[in-house]
Amino acid sequence: MARKAIGALALITVAGLALAGCSGGGGGAGDADNTIDGEVKGDIKVMTWRTDLIADGTFDKYAEEFTAKYPDVNVTFEGITDYAGEMQTRMSTTNYGDVLGIPTISPDQYDQFLEPLGKTADFEDTYRFLPASSYEGTQYGVAFGGNANGVVYNKKVFEEAGVTEVPKTEDEWLAALELIKDNTDAIPLYTNYKDGWPLTQSFGNLGVVTDDPDAPITMAENKAPWTEGTDVYAIDSLLYDSVAAGLTEEDPLTTNWEQSKVDLATGKIAAMTLGSWAISQMQAAAEDNGASADDIGYMAFPATVDGKQLAVVGGDYNLAVSKHSEAKAAAWAWIKWVVEESGYTEAQGMISPVLSKPLPDNLAGFTDAGVELMEINPAPAGKESLLADTANDSQIDLYGPLYRQKLVDIARGAADGDKDSYFAELNERWGAAVDQLAG
Amino acid sequence: MALATSGSAADAPAVLSAPARARRFRGPRRGAGGPDRWSGGSAGQRLMQHLTPWLFLSAAVGLLLLFTYWPAVNLFYFSVTDWDGIDLTKNFVGLDNYVKVFTDPRIFSVFGVSLYYFIATFAQMAIALYFATILSFSTKFQNLFRGILFFPYLINGVAIGFVFLYLFQPGGTLDTVLSWVGVTDPPKWLGDPNIVNWSLAGTSVWRYTGLNFVLFLGAIQSIPRELYEAAELDGASRFQQFWALIFPGIRRIIGLSFILAVAGALSVFEIPFIMTGGANGSATFVIQTLQTAFAFRQVGLASAMAVVLLMIVLIVTVIQRRVFPDDKVDLT
Repeated sequence: MARKAIGALALITVAGLALAGCSGGGGGAGDADNTIDGEVKGDIKVMTWRTDLIADGTFDKYAEEFTAKYPDVNVTFEGITDYAGEMQTRMSTTNYGDVLGIPTISPDQYDQFLEPLGKTADFEDTYRFLPASSYEGTQYGVAFGGNANGVVYNKKVFEEAGVTEVPKTEDEWLAALELIKDNTDAIPLYTNYKDGWPLTQSFGNLGVVTDDPDAPITMAENKAPWTEGTDVYAIDSLLYDSVAAGLTEEDPLTTNWEQSKVDLATGKIAAMTLGSWAISQMQAAAEDNGASADDIGYMAFPATVDGKQLAVVGGDYNLAVSKHSEAKAAAWAWIKWVVEESGYTEAQGMISPVLSKPLPDNLAGFTDAGVELMEINPAPAGKESLLADTANDSQIDLYGPLYRQKLVDIARGAADGDKDSYFAELNERWGAAVDQLAG
Repeated sequence: MALATSGSAADAPAVLSAPARARRFRGPRRGAGGPDRWSGGSAGQRLMQHLTPWLFLSAAVGLLLLFTYWPAVNLFYFSVTDWDGIDLTKNFVGLDNYVKVFTDPRIFSVFGVSLYYFIATFAQMAIALYFATILSFSTKFQNLFRGILFFPYLINGVAIGFVFLYLFQPGGTLDTVLSWVGVTDPPKWLGDPNIVNWSLAGTSVWRYTGLNFVLFLGAIQSIPRELYEAAELDGASRFQQFWALIFPGIRRIIGLSFILAVAGALSVFEIPFIMTGGANGSATFVIQTLQTAFAFRQVGLASAMAVVLLMIVLIVTVIQRRVFPDDKVDLT
């Protein structure tokens, strides 16, 4: 009997030790000298979603240039293909690199994971795109680059179809797509339904339909945002009406993102609603496949307010310093260097987060067409995460593909209901969440 | 005709070394200690002797506790909090999440999708049983066919998802093959909401038939050879042999497969997740749980859904054990 007890005890001890091994760790992160203003030295690991730039050596070149300036720093990179998904899990550990792009955590949680970089007010003279990573007047990150939102399209297909002017309203949009369908072999609008995330891109246009720089808060406080005249109504209607009119790919369940780039570049697809970051990828696809980069055009979301067209510009992932970093000063130095001096945004055709830098060439078409760029205002204090919380509570994934896939399903007759009934359902769910959260 | 490929000493592999071969055919070597070799020795040896089984056990049980029971305990804990998967604080909310699971019609409605997979399991078991029976008798290219049937089960589920994604594409492999036999207007295998779940369930059948097949084949071969001989002497046809001998003989393994199939149908995941991502009405309960946890950041609610699924599977299993009691098979 005693022997059995000893055995059992040994077993529990072993298990306990194994479990204890999981917690603990850390050390050095709480050091008083370890601040972002400290001495720039140590090892930093940079987490990145741009695995392609690791593979082609661009980041190694950056690291070389950076260490030429700060010789006491050693930079390593960790590329993650499913960055958004994997980083969310990584955030529950203390090991998520020294420099990271802020994954989707809500602003009121920033101080649990990220090192504060200073007062937002002190950044406003130098940087764009600050609201996304600011909470209660404190800045936690700086955008790596910025994008405009709109529609990437193939100019040649539009010309061939006889569309002379880029559409500026939804009616013009549908008419143009109809012409493409009738006069060419191209798929007028490609949804990329199967891959999902491209469906979410048009949500970036929130604000352009009503010229409302506070659109996210307006939506978070509206009990029925899917009502004619709002931003989200126009954005989702454009998708619904295009699909319902048969102007999208035949079988959305078998779409393929990588292939779609080639197809757009070679004129098999006429348009996709994507951020301006996509332009350089489409141009590259065009040149790799015997077409011209000049065929790729970019237009604003087809909506006009008071006679003018608008395009939202916003930051890509925001770079931040991990609270658990052991070389915070070096991490912060890297962020400032990579954003201001590396030439990343110029090479990628993105908008630099540094105010003094010019807009990229690929948005020249925007300026010619008289499109005005707008930035979304920071959310008022205490409401930074209101839109995200309402989306989560109502289970309407504004930042994900699920509810839009359902929208496409209804539009193509593969699910019950119609536009009105689905928008009514969305309003009901959203309204219930607004009642709870916005009061 | 040999019943099985393994086990008969006559065709022992040639790679055995000469001494090993000698041991194998002449019995254990004598004079090397004998069974009472361990009984003597010092106190330390005795302690080791007592501890040895525990040491062996501790590794396995430790891993089991660490990777199965500890996460399960955590899951129960998360299910009574409002955790979003990231926040450092988790607020206790009692049974709110469970109430929500049972009162929100959107959560439970997806179990309807499991019905497709449940129905498909009957096809799966029928195919597996048919081939297991045929291939347990003497057949040409017997081992080749066994290999072919078992092969799909060995392929990674993700790979299968991609293979079938191409198969089901408009103008893809399946449509091409159908056009040879005159089907010119095939449906959209994944795009049509009335067909998508059958397509996915069909993929699932293709994948898991091999497993059922091997289980059945093994069970059939454990039936004593003499019974078939006696049956043949009595003039029983193959079909009569199946009904009177094979089917009752492997009833228990069929029951077990059925339990696995029902539990599997309730918790289908990778095939629809990879092929459609749960779109077009093909979301299963597990996909929905995943979406709740990671798309809507409601890990607490998702944990409660996972616990509920665990309970449902347990209940189904208990009911089945009642309906198909674990009685001894008696063929005499």
